[in-house]
Amino acid sequence: MATYQSLDIKRRSASTEVPPQARQHTEVAKLIDVSKCIGCKACQVACLEWNDLVEEVGVNVGVYDNPHDLTENTWTLMRYAEHVNGEGNLEWLIRKDGCMHCEDPGCLKACPSPGAIVQYTNGIVDFVQENCIGCGYCIKGCPFNIPRISQVDHKAYKCTLCSDRVTVGQAPACAKACPTQAIYFGSKEDMVEHAQGRIADLKERGFQNAGLYDPPGVGGTHVMYVLHHADQPELYHGLPNNPKIDEAVTFWKGLFKPLSLGAIALTAVVAFVHYISNGPNETSEEDQENAERLRGRGKA
Amino acid sequence: MKRREKITTVDRYSTGDRINHWITAGSLILLALSGFALFHPALFFLTALFGGGQWTRILHPYIGIVLVISFLGLFLRFVWYNFPNVDDVRYLGKLRDVIAGNEERLPEVGRYNALQKIVFWSMATFITLLVVSGLGLWDTYFASYLGIETKRLAAVLHAVGAVGMVLTIMLHVYAGIWVRGTVRAMTLGTVTGGWAWRHHRKWLRREVDAGKRVHAPARAETFGDRAPAE
Repeated sequence: MATYQSLDIKRRSASTEVPPQARQHTEVAKLIDVSKCIGCKACQVACLEWNDLVEEVGVNVGVYDNPHDLTENTWTLMRYAEHVNGEGNLEWLIRKDGCMHCEDPGCLKACPSPGAIVQYTNGIVDFVQENCIGCGYCIKGCPFNIPRISQVDHKAYKCTLCSDRVTVGQAPACAKACPTQAIYFGSKEDMVEHAQGRIADLKERGFQNAGLYDPPGVGGTHVMYVLHHADQPELYHGLPNNPKIDEAVTFWKGLFKPLSLGAIALTAVVAFVHYISNGPNETSEEDQENAERLRGRGKA
Repeated sequence: MKRREKITTVDRYSTGDRINHWITAGSLILLALSGFALFHPALFFLTALFGGGQWTRILHPYIGIVLVISFLGLFLRFVWYNFPNVDDVRYLGKLRDVIAGNEERLPEVGRYNALQKIVFWSMATFITLLVVSGLGLWDTYFASYLGIETKRLAAVLHAVGAVGMVLTIMLHVYAGIWVRGTVRAMTLGTVTGGWAWRHHRKWLRREVDAGKRVHAPARAETFGDRAPAE
């Protein structure tokens, strides 16, 4: 149930009920063209501004990344990587980090609290803080290390893809603020198509391995990157190559649940059957007499 | 006040043992309820018992600390009686008779039989696993000490340990229900002579030799009964 029809829920954490399906919504996506980013951090500022967040004043440790990591307030962060290419030239690879809005979200799979994490039919993955219990399982489920737990209210926060703006037909704040239009927003289909044009352009300009980052291991993402070196996403401050939900999480949240509840139910049934077929194991009068005799001898 | 009974009884658990046992049992029940609440969506309603999801998440680890301290007490009290010996091997060799309750065909058993010892060591193992993995999941205090990979492993081990513990407790509780006269050992502290003779004869013999903990029946007059006509 969502307040807006455009926010119909497709998947809901720790819930088995059927979501509404009659209305068909277009899947959206944000496309971040890393090759056009100048690292100005306007997106970071716009994110804080729109979402009414305040980041603490940090400390400079000699790098441009500020703050040093994503926090419960900083939902998007410019990460700066210096890469010396094959020709001995320096490439400054700047990536706007944040939630990738996976089609198969590990955070949602790991979450034990009903409705604390939802995925809308438009593909956006959103945290509903009212329902969040602060267990931190979403952090374990995420293949991109994105969610952060606030040390104030012990609830998890991350990029909402400006679901409140998207639902009324607006682009996310970061996309709106970007001065070089390195951030596009639209239907996923259109974004993939637009990326192809950008990639062709980059290839023409000598970036042979330019490509789209839309990792299939998590069912594709609703935040995608155009990378000059799509064959080596790790260059971009450790963007994972072929991310997927960790096997430990898949086992823990998948097979293990029915398996263990089954084992517990089976044990109860076996115990019950054992009882009704064998009856209670009772002490007989003879046992008691034997004990009395033994005691008598012991005293004598 | 000492209970007066018409039959021979044997002291099995001191008052301290019993209090220690029931604190452990109580904390385990609370841990199971709050743990199951976060384990499976179908059981999330159990969080209502603890004041909601947040409170369940907050309280669970503290109850865990109560359990650890309490179980450590039980461990130190009973570990001495739980080391395996040759009798245990012979006992386990006749598992079929154990399950059928044909105790006359089993070797004489000391204070604990082989399965009781297995339950003891299983609980000690599972609780250790649960505590270590549980600290790894206690983000309020330990979030920054471990990497995500380690925490994922901790989550799996915590779930595996919990299910193992639940199955062990089920076995433990069922044994207490099936073998009649067992529960009074943990409520009154004593068992009947007949129970000891039937299930732990070797232990009974030792207690009789020691003399102190085996009590003769109270004399009939003390119950206000008329003396039986001779």
